[in-house]
Amino acid sequence: MKKNFLQKFTKHRMAMASLIFLAVISVGATFAPTFTRQSYEVQNIDEKLETPNAQHWMGTDTLGRDLYSRIVYGARMSLAVGVLTALLSLSVGTLVGAVAGYRGGKTDSFLMRVVDLFYIFPSLLIAILLTVFFGRGFFGILVALSLTSWVTHARLVRNLVLQAKEMLYVESARALGVRSAAILFRHILPNIMGPIIVSLTFQIPTSIMSESFLSFIGLGLEPPYSSWGTLANEGFRAMKSFPHLILFPGTVLFVTLIAFNALGDGFRDVLDPVGKRDFGA
Amino acid sequence: MTKGFLPYIAKRLVGAIPTLLILATFVFFLLRFAPGGPFDGDRVFPKDVQAAIDARYGLNLPVWQQYLKWLSDVVLHFDFGESFHYVGRTVNEMISSSLPPSLLLGGLAMFFSVLIGIPLGVFAAWRQGTWMDSSAIFLAIAGVSLPSYLIASTLVLVFSLKFGWFPPALWEEPSSVVLPVITLGLRPLAITARLVRSSVIETLASDYIRTAHAKGLSVRAVLFRHALRNSLIPVVTVLGPLAASLVTGSFLVEMVFQIPGLGKHFVSAVLNRDYPMVMGVTLVYGVILIASNLAVDIACAMLDPRIRLEATEN
Repeated sequence: MKKNFLQKFTKHRMAMASLIFLAVISVGATFAPTFTRQSYEVQNIDEKLETPNAQHWMGTDTLGRDLYSRIVYGARMSLAVGVLTALLSLSVGTLVGAVAGYRGGKTDSFLMRVVDLFYIFPSLLIAILLTVFFGRGFFGILVALSLTSWVTHARLVRNLVLQAKEMLYVESARALGVRSAAILFRHILPNIMGPIIVSLTFQIPTSIMSESFLSFIGLGLEPPYSSWGTLANEGFRAMKSFPHLILFPGTVLFVTLIAFNALGDGFRDVLDPVGKRDFGA
Repeated sequence: MTKGFLPYIAKRLVGAIPTLLILATFVFFLLRFAPGGPFDGDRVFPKDVQAAIDARYGLNLPVWQQYLKWLSDVVLHFDFGESFHYVGRTVNEMISSSLPPSLLLGGLAMFFSVLIGIPLGVFAAWRQGTWMDSSAIFLAIAGVSLPSYLIASTLVLVFSLKFGWFPPALWEEPSSVVLPVITLGLRPLAITARLVRSSVIETLASDYIRTAHAKGLSVRAVLFRHALRNSLIPVVTVLGPLAASLVTGSFLVEMVFQIPGLGKHFVSAVLNRDYPMVMGVTLVYGVILIASNLAVDIACAMLDPRIRLEATEN
């Protein structure tokens, strides 16, 4: 099974390339000081708004900060928000969906009511309000984005659990007297892990994008900290005269999002070939 | 069948009322307990001035009384109150002036994405496995991975600053519609194309398509008249979420292009803590989303007689 997975996955060239790319930027973000010549917050007014050159590969911003360093450090924020939000919203969604699907009856209809309610709310609108409520900053953004994205996963997991419940292996476990919780967590969940992983992979780029939107409208981190969204926001304002300020952070963000989506595609083809898990839907 | 629709629509509309009420209540209290207030500027007012301002806008009452007052004004008089930020303007008039540009922008973007997305998906499915298919897939992935401000800035840099074909911002002449619509429509376009592709591929494998080919029908007739119709149902079901993504996308697009629409007002109202304005726009968005989901469910039932609407069953 494992070998089969690897064989199939390595054939997916686009997904493999994406995995390598993402590994590289993750290492870059983690060991940012090693890969940059100067720190992200160092200001040098004499060198402000330089276009790309040998000293500053991607030029400098309005305060003379090295754009390349800011992008490398910004990756920390963007990636951390993406991955943590995805994990958090997936855990909540999985728990709610699994319990609703497995218990059925009143628990199910109550939980699904809540899910439907969240589903109809315009999520970015609520995320904007939640960020205002919890305050700008890493924690606030994390909570705001998780609270608005778990419902999709809850729906998915509920459907998967409903299907799995009818399977023979669940029936035999029940006949053997295995407790409900054990059936759910030790038998059903491992069996539906494939689609859940696919869903997780698609959630990461969605969260990174949402964070960049929040940052773009001015609800992101306070300076000097920045994510790619904050950098794009600063760049956008100076775009007419200094297009490099938006093109570099924007392109890095774009390529990273493509890589995550392509990775999700690869996972889907291998782990969940019949399912229709998809980004955007 | 048409007879069955009316009770169903009525039932759904009644069901929407508690949803909107919960949305309004949630947003109201979230805003009131969020740090910061509408009149926290750089200036610090003397105590009596502050008290006068609070009394003028009803901010001196306990929050639950403010809530009840707001709710009764909305329900009984359809009055969303007065903007805190734009002195002398009511939320009703601000919404009625900013709704048309937003609806036009969203509608055109939807039209643009379906108009190009569906043929692109059909084409990719028809050429499944070839390089043309892979480039269509790649385009779709790229389309969902492009943040709208990046699309906007690239389009503005190239088409207005370099070539001067379209205005870079504002909403004045007909040509100012072009860049915002492309910006907003690209993501839904990519999602539509991808869905149509996988849906058509599935349909193309079925027996009746083979029969149609065997009868000697042209490729175009098979694709567009036979395959596409049955592939449209999964596509229609995502139009609801697509409408939602157009709504959320519109915040940024309207901000970036300085379009005086709902999204731009919403963002600035949140930042200014213009409570009545935020509440008004939130409810308008809620109504738009509920209505588009309802429209999608009805469209599905009309396309596929096998799908029954809940209320028609009993």
